[in-house]
Amino acid sequence: MVNRTYELVYVVQPDATEEQVNDLQTQVEQIVQRMGGSLEKPEIPGLTGRRRLAYEIGHHKEGIYVLNVIKGGGDLVKEIDRRLRNVEILMRHLVVRVDEDQQRAARARTKRQEESRRRRVARGLPPERQPGEGPQTLDDSDDVVDFDGLEAEV
Amino acid sequence: MAFGGKRSGPGGARGRDAKATDGKGGQQRRGLFRRRKVCKFCADKIDDINYKDVKLLGGFVPERGKVLPRRISGTCAKHQRALRIAIVRARQLALLPYASD
Repeated sequence: MVNRTYELVYVVQPDATEEQVNDLQTQVEQIVQRMGGSLEKPEIPGLTGRRRLAYEIGHHKEGIYVLNVIKGGGDLVKEIDRRLRNVEILMRHLVVRVDEDQQRAARARTKRQEESRRRRVARGLPPERQPGEGPQTLDDSDDVVDFDGLEAEV
Repeated sequence: MAFGGKRSGPGGARGRDAKATDGKGGQQRRGLFRRRKVCKFCADKIDDINYKDVKLLGGFVPERGKVLPRRISGTCAKHQRALRIAIVRARQLALLPYASD
């Protein structure tokens, strides 16, 4: 049995009633159940719920964002994607497979922690950072870390 | 600009001294010296560049709506690739603009 994790985000038109939104969500849940998957609906403040769109979609300036985390196989997601295409009140939807990315991120994290532990032991320190050690020093203090996102060429 | 003495010996050395005295930020970079750019994702140890993190991605999408190039942001190749994918996904969901103005 394939067990993959997907994220489904869909954006409903702002003038849809709460009932319509709930209806749609139950439809998705039913498909997931029928095809033997599991579903979670996390709420992320600032993302889920009513939100301003970055650009207008069919004269709408706002949208209702709903996020679902679905565990299941590819055919399940295919079916959901197919069904969501035909929903009138839906403006956008996106399905992304996330389990591989999450694993990769977790691997990178553990690798970094092990490396830092190994180096600390090599320096004769306890493997974990102790309270009161002060701020983490950079290898090269000339590196500026307070990057503000934009840096103009001079 | 093209003859910027980023790596030139004496210029570089002076640049360092200047930085040490005028402290953070380097407001008065006199054209020649640029502070060294660091990949934000490497420095902040961000492993997962996620399309849902609009705040983070927004820093790499200037006014016009285009992706901020590597030569300006200093992002490393690996992270710029992941960043691009995240931005494209966020655009599909109208979390970020395709183009503004």
